[in-house]
Amino acid sequence: MLNRLLSGDLPRSRILAVLLLVIFIGLAVAPFVFPGVKALNVAAKVVIFVVLVASFDLLLGYTGIVSFAHTMFFGIGAYGVAIASSKLGAGWGALALGLGAALLVSLVLSLAIGLFSLRVRAIFFAMITLAVAAAFQTLASQLSDWTGGEDGLTFKMPEWLSPSFEPFENEIFGVLVDGKIISYYLLFVLALLLVLMLLRIVNSPFGRVLQAIRENEFRAEAIGYRVVVYRTTSSVLSALFACVAGAMLAVWLRYNGPDTTLSFEIMMDCLLIVVIGGMGTIYGAVIGSVIFLVAQSYLQDLLRIGSEAAVGLPWLSALLSPDRWLLWLGLLFVLSVYYFPTGLVGRLRAAVLSHKP
Amino acid sequence: MSFKDMDYKPLLLVPLLALVTLPLVGSPSTWLTLTVAGLAMGMIIFIIASGLTLVFGLMDVLNFGHGVFIALGAFVATSVLGAMGDWTGSDQLWRNLVAVFPAMLVAMLVAGAVGLAFERFIVRPVYGQHLKQILITMGGMIIGEELIKVIWGPQQIPLPLPEAMKGAWLLGDAAVEKYRVFAVLVGALVFAVLFWTLTRTKLGLLIRAGVQDREMVEALGYRVRNLFIGVFVAGSALAGLGGVMWGLYQQNVIPQMGAQVNVLIFIVIIIGGLGSTGGALIGSLLVGLMANYTGFLAPKVALFSNIALMVAILLWRPQGVFPVANR
Repeated sequence: MLNRLLSGDLPRSRILAVLLLVIFIGLAVAPFVFPGVKALNVAAKVVIFVVLVASFDLLLGYTGIVSFAHTMFFGIGAYGVAIASSKLGAGWGALALGLGAALLVSLVLSLAIGLFSLRVRAIFFAMITLAVAAAFQTLASQLSDWTGGEDGLTFKMPEWLSPSFEPFENEIFGVLVDGKIISYYLLFVLALLLVLMLLRIVNSPFGRVLQAIRENEFRAEAIGYRVVVYRTTSSVLSALFACVAGAMLAVWLRYNGPDTTLSFEIMMDCLLIVVIGGMGTIYGAVIGSVIFLVAQSYLQDLLRIGSEAAVGLPWLSALLSPDRWLLWLGLLFVLSVYYFPTGLVGRLRAAVLSHKP
Repeated sequence: MSFKDMDYKPLLLVPLLALVTLPLVGSPSTWLTLTVAGLAMGMIIFIIASGLTLVFGLMDVLNFGHGVFIALGAFVATSVLGAMGDWTGSDQLWRNLVAVFPAMLVAMLVAGAVGLAFERFIVRPVYGQHLKQILITMGGMIIGEELIKVIWGPQQIPLPLPEAMKGAWLLGDAAVEKYRVFAVLVGALVFAVLFWTLTRTKLGLLIRAGVQDREMVEALGYRVRNLFIGVFVAGSALAGLGGVMWGLYQQNVIPQMGAQVNVLIFIVIIIGGLGSTGGALIGSLLVGLMANYTGFLAPKVALFSNIALMVAILLWRPQGVFPVANR
């Protein structure tokens, strides 16, 4: 049963299995075990990022394409929900319409970019997507009648998902269930389904062809697979998943602006998470997102302590300042690319293989 | 890059663009102002992009971290010019130049030195692996930007022009800003030196031959690897110089400026054809002129002018205006 759910792609490492189980249970009971607004926010962000990063992994880890336009689709999804909800008012209909329109736009755009520039070399594609993403960011902040410009859009959600909605009289397990918690569970279930779907895709014959293209494009073409078609399909699928992740973020924040979903920082975060977690594993996205977001939210406190302890040495104190945590992450990223290109997940799996006689 | 049997069509693009916009802009004086501004911007972009395109042509390495050197150069310049306040505050041009040239020199030296380290630790382990190259150089970019924030702080720093370079000359009714003329001159000088090096010296001959066919040059007994390190350092130094120019052009510097200019230079080298210096010059001038003309004619469109330009050029020549052989 579990094997079928995970499409036969089991963790293949006891430590990894335990980690994944802990993460799964932790996220499933987060609202009841980790009280407080900040903890729930971190949990929701983890859930959203898992989908976003796993979809990026389909592109980078499985197909070997570097795209810098991934957050563009993330933004399209978020703006779809935001624009529909603010123009039509709160409601499930607006949500569905916004998501549908965003998916359509993502499909057309990713298809166009793919067909236009996936015929050329990886470097070329990376540069083109970088330029397109920059242009799209500008476009979003210029069309202020629709997107609210730099300020973004604040909007309402359907009644069931708004914080003031309280369906139960009494507390459950000592927590008063409100709309926030209901929307968290909506996101959680959705993310679970999407990740299982991605696992299904990468373990299908189609996914195998993608890996063949990643390993040796020339040979894949020679065997008779039309590389351009497969690559384009992969980038379209990945764009659609990213688009749903964006819509999820908009549902959670009830706000969207250019810096929230379109910024280059998020693109960098995706890259860091995929590489540190493990490219071409999907599970890497799960582990990486948890590590990254918990670090972003809580590790900075640790750095602050270190920074204050090092007050005597100004330069060390500056290096350890909590605002500079990306520096350490960047170093970790570079080291990962060198020493364990398959990331954490790859390391854990390799350790298991080396123990077997 | 042989200029005997030069493909002349792309060369006509720049004057063509300038002539087509003349009736659109209407008044010749405004047009002159815009053209000088566009040429200045184009020349600065060229200084930055030339190193990147040579590095790519020679070693097939695309450095996504190139932007760090731009920001580095600009920040070094703020420190040097800040320390030479009496020289920049003076209204005599020669005194200002005495301040600006050391700033440029120090920026180039620092950027070149960092380039050397960057090549050694970031780029060298990943030759020939494109995917890893993109990831690693991006990682280098993140680390570099954070280090700049550690040293100079994360906030915007003003970089005012020296006194004598402020203001504009009046030619009839056209106002031509002094600094822009200066930028065009510096850009032309850099181009002349590059052009001379590439076409008239043995070093340039080897670089061009290496771009054309690296294996053959290695077979003839030259170490292209060492040549390449030199080109990488020179390219980083040029990016540092370009950063000083760009910072003075914008009159302020922020740590993220590298990432912003990165997009622009990638568009330029795509238009020019990866690895082609002449193409990079044409691409830079087109992007600079286009940005200024559209900025005047249709400000909303200006933000997308370079993307539109790139798409138009790629539809005409999918490999860029001067495709480099065997790549």
